[in-house]
Amino acid sequence: MYRDFGTVFFTSIVAIIFVIVPLVIAWLVAPSNKTKEKLETYECGEVVEGSAWLQFNIRFYVIALIFLIFDVEVVFLFPWAVVFKELGLLALIEMGIFLLILVVGLAYVWVKSDLDWVKRRVRYGAGRYSKIAMDQDK
Amino acid sequence: MTVDFIFDGLNQLFPEFAGNDIFLIIAMLLPVAALLGFITVYGFGVIYSEIKVSSFIQDKTGPMGQGPGLHAGKWGLLQPVADGIKLFIKEDIIPASADKPLFILAPFLIFIGALTSFIAVPFGEKIIITDMNIGIFYIIGVGSLAVIALILAGWSSNNKWALFGGMRSAAQIISYEIPAGISLVVVIMIASSLNMQEIIAYQAGGLFNWIIFDNPFMPIVFIIFFISVLAETNRTPFDLPESESELVAGFVTEYSGTRYAIFFLSEYANMFVVSAVAATAFLGGWQSPFSNFLNSPAWGVFWMMSKTFFLIFVMIWVRWTVPRLRVDQLMHLCWKVFIPIGLFNVFAVAIWIVVRGS
Repeated sequence: MYRDFGTVFFTSIVAIIFVIVPLVIAWLVAPSNKTKEKLETYECGEVVEGSAWLQFNIRFYVIALIFLIFDVEVVFLFPWAVVFKELGLLALIEMGIFLLILVVGLAYVWVKSDLDWVKRRVRYGAGRYSKIAMDQDK
Repeated sequence: MTVDFIFDGLNQLFPEFAGNDIFLIIAMLLPVAALLGFITVYGFGVIYSEIKVSSFIQDKTGPMGQGPGLHAGKWGLLQPVADGIKLFIKEDIIPASADKPLFILAPFLIFIGALTSFIAVPFGEKIIITDMNIGIFYIIGVGSLAVIALILAGWSSNNKWALFGGMRSAAQIISYEIPAGISLVVVIMIASSLNMQEIIAYQAGGLFNWIIFDNPFMPIVFIIFFISVLAETNRTPFDLPESESELVAGFVTEYSGTRYAIFFLSEYANMFVVSAVAATAFLGGWQSPFSNFLNSPAWGVFWMMSKTFFLIFVMIWVRWTVPRLRVDQLMHLCWKVFIPIGLFNVFAVAIWIVVRGS
């Protein structure tokens, strides 16, 4: 087994070298004529407006949280799947209960519309916008 | 497996130094060096075929130079070489406002992820660099390193386009990892092993023993897996992280020259890995489609390569056929379509196995 993961270790080192070598070649061969304008952040040719390190949309955190739960679930499924044929019906019921709890969670998130990317509501909407129209009675 | 083979060979060649640790290191490094050669040649080949296939599909002229030099070789064969040389002799620019250490780290991370996932890919019956007992799980795990690299690249550039691209890629790749993982769970349930070679050995005996034809649910599982890995490798129609029409170049906006070339190469390397995993898990790997015909180890390499390159061709084909999705459509497709269907498939196949097995 240490032979397997020793190979992984050496492969990572080779990968690092494989990236460094062209960088060194570029450092030797490529022109280097840096100016202040060249090192500016690209913003379609405009003068840079502030920094990009700002507060970001919370929807990405929601996705990350849901992902975390489901990814752990998939990790649990892998060892279960390996021995599934030996254990048979018992394993099916056990995993069925486990998955059911998670599916309830997914259904909850779904109903709470946290899976919808666009949560915007418009005051008046008809046709293709009717789904995001506000309820006029309220 | 190849490592053990070379190690034994070295021990027999030099019996007085048998069992030497240096031999083991040489045995580990030799196949990796061969792999680097393979990736380079494959990179040129696949970039050329992407240019050519796209020009055939869109009915335009690809590179068609005559003769060497500036005309990019016969049929434009030297076009990828010219592209490579151009990228490698470009000025190396790191924006002044970028987070320099992380900016430099990102290409390293993505290439480590791409290269280390290669070593568990079975190229043939005897040709697999390390025949790990958790091979398929290992490839999923190492493949996720790309997310960290992309989000590092996007964040450290200190560029709005890059930040958007990095965030989108993180959301997209982690979302689509779940349907891809669930699809592979179904395969593992059928093959009862995480080892790549054992999964392939399970599918011996012709076309209809392949896992994709194992039961009526498997074609759906395969389609879900294939679309999910398209999203994971940032291929069109899921190339939102680097969509050039809205985000300039996404997370690689500030990268140029060599560092950009590394991102580019890693994307194509990842395409090969996921196609090889799809071929292994669903299409019988190096098994011949005929049970006792053309089934020697040498033909195994041919079958594995033809299946993998066919899937890569399908990826290129899809790129020029399907328009790009919107972010909300992307998330809708993953969370509301693929994950429920994927979970249903796990249950359906589990019940199928229990009913059929008893």
